[in-house]
Amino acid sequence: MQTRFQGRVWTFGDDMSTDHIIAGRYLGTTDPNVFAAHAFEAVDASWAKNVRAGDLIVAGDNFGCGSAREQAPVALKTLGISAILANSFARIFFRNAINLGFPVLESPGLREKVNAGDVIEVDLDHGEVHLPDGGMTRFNPLPPNVLEILEAGGLVPKLRAELSAKSSP
Amino acid sequence: MQGQTIAEKILGRASRSEAVRPGQIVDGEVDLLYMHEMLAMAMLPFNDIGTAKVWDPAKIVVTLDHWVPPPTPEIAKMHQTIREFCRKQGIQRFHDVGDHGIVHQLIAERGYAQPWDLVIGSDSHTNMVGAVGAFAAGIGATDTAAVMATGRLWLRVPETIRVDIQGTLGNRTGAKDVILKVIGTTGDDGARYAAVEFTGSTVKALPMNERFVLCNMTTEMGAKVGMIEADGVTRDYLAHAGRPFRPIRSDEDAAVAKTFTFDVDGMGPQVACPSNPANLKPVEEVEGTKIDVAFLGSCTNARIEDLRIAAELLKGEKVAHGVRFQITPASQIIYRQALREGLVEIFMDAGATFTSSTCGPCFGGHLGTLAGDEVCISSTNRNYPGRMGSPTAQVYLASPWTVTASAIYGEIKDPRKV
Repeated sequence: MQTRFQGRVWTFGDDMSTDHIIAGRYLGTTDPNVFAAHAFEAVDASWAKNVRAGDLIVAGDNFGCGSAREQAPVALKTLGISAILANSFARIFFRNAINLGFPVLESPGLREKVNAGDVIEVDLDHGEVHLPDGGMTRFNPLPPNVLEILEAGGLVPKLRAELSAKSSP
Repeated sequence: MQGQTIAEKILGRASRSEAVRPGQIVDGEVDLLYMHEMLAMAMLPFNDIGTAKVWDPAKIVVTLDHWVPPPTPEIAKMHQTIREFCRKQGIQRFHDVGDHGIVHQLIAERGYAQPWDLVIGSDSHTNMVGAVGAFAAGIGATDTAAVMATGRLWLRVPETIRVDIQGTLGNRTGAKDVILKVIGTTGDDGARYAAVEFTGSTVKALPMNERFVLCNMTTEMGAKVGMIEADGVTRDYLAHAGRPFRPIRSDEDAAVAKTFTFDVDGMGPQVACPSNPANLKPVEEVEGTKIDVAFLGSCTNARIEDLRIAAELLKGEKVAHGVRFQITPASQIIYRQALREGLVEIFMDAGATFTSSTCGPCFGGHLGTLAGDEVCISSTNRNYPGRMGSPTAQVYLASPWTVTASAIYGEIKDPRKV
C-alpha cells in the first residue's frame, strides 16, 4: 500500500454532506464513473472535470455528514483523490472510505494552514503532513483496527484473507 | 460495578462481553440486518468476499423504497437483481413493490426490531429504530456486504449523550419541533459517534410515532444511534408482533458524556432553514416566506398520525394556487389506513397529490423533485444543497402541522394561527 502521497490541494468548508458530494438523482446506477462525473456538482459544477488523479482534499468539520451512500467516497476515490484530510469526519462516511481502502485522516487545524492549489505531502507511516512553507503538522493516528483494514487495502481483501486462512488446513 | 447505558448493555450482550465501556471496540453479532436498494451496491463486495451464502437469511429483511416504482429501466433492472438475490439466498422477508415501505417504518410497524436487538441497516436513518430500545445503526455498502457474509460487525462502544426533555408540548407543536430545536442547539455534528438517549417526562408521555421522530433525526446530530428506553408504550406498540417483550433502560448510575436539558413549556413550532438541519429559527421569524412546494413524506414524518394532521387542516380548505402539495405515506400499510379513514379523499378535494410510498422526493431521486430556485417546506430530515433536487432549491424543514398550514397559505405559516 502506498504510504506517501504528494498532491495538489482542493479545499472545502464545514459540513460537506453526502448530498454535496454526490446528489441523490445520480444514484440510480451502480456505475462508479457516473458518481465520479457528478462529484461535488452542488459546490462547483466543473469540479470533477478539473480534478487530477493524485489530488488531495482538505476540509473543515464533519466531512461526509448525511446519508450512508457509499457512492460518495466511491466517487472521490474513482476520480483518483489519494486522501482526504479534514478536521473531523461523519461516522458512516469514515467507515465507508476506510472499507474501500481510501485514507481519511483527521487533521485538526490543517484547513487553516493550506490554500487551494498548494502542494502538500502526506506521510501515512509517520502521521505527518508536510506543508509548502516547509512546516509540518500531524494528523490523529488511526485506531489499530481501522489501520488494519486500510493496510489490507480495504474490508473486502481483509475478509477474503481471513476466510481463506480459516478454510486452509 | 458501575451502571450501564442502554447502548453499553446491548453491545455487551451482542459481543458476549462482561461489561463494555465507551471507546472499546467490540465484535457484535447482528440480530437483524435490513436493506433497501443499497443491496445492489452491496452485492458487488459480497461476491468479492467469496462466501456464496448469506450467514442467516432469517435475520435479514429487504424492501424496495428509494425508487418505487422504478423510474428508469436501469433501476427496474436493479430491482430485478435484488429480487433474484433474495430468492437465491432464501431471504423470506423480502417486501417487494406493493408490499413495501420506507425501510425504517416497515421494520418498526411489523415489529421486526425488538428491545435489546443489535440492528444494522444500510441507511443513515436506521437510528429511528432505536426508539424501540434497540441499538440500531446505519452503515454503507461494504459493511453491509461484510455483515451478510459473517453476521458480525465491529463497533466502537459509543459515549452516551442524554437529551432530557421536560414540560408539556404546546398546541400544534410536536416531536419534530423538539428535535429541530435539539439539533439547532447541538449543531449537525453535536453528537458525532455518540449514542443519544432521550429521557424526561415529555418523552415518557410521547406515543411511538413521535418517539420515532426524535430518534430518526439523531442522524442529523451525527449520532451513531438514537434510543429511548423500552417501556409500556413500547410494549403495547410491539404487542402485535407476538414476540416476548423484554424492557431495557439505562441504569441510574450509568455514566453519560453530557446531558442537554430542554424545557418545552412555551416552545412553539420550529423551522430548519436552508441549507443545514441545524439552521434553526422559530416559525414566527420565517412566517410569510413564499413557497412553491410543500412535501409531507419520508421516514421522519409520514406515519398515519402525520397524515391525520394534514387531513385535519386540509378539510374544507384548498392548497394555495400555484403551490404543489405532495403527500407520500411512509409505507403501504399507512397508505391503506389513510384510504380506510377517508384521508385520501380529503387530500384530493384540497388539491393535494397523494402517491405510493417511496423515499423518492426526500433525497431528490424521483416522484417530485425541485427546480432551481424553488422553495419547499418539507416534513423530511435534511436540507443540504441539492438534497431534494436542484442545488439552488431552498428547503425548509418543519412539522406536519407547519408544512400543511404553509401549503394552504402558499407561504410559511404558524399552524397555531390556522
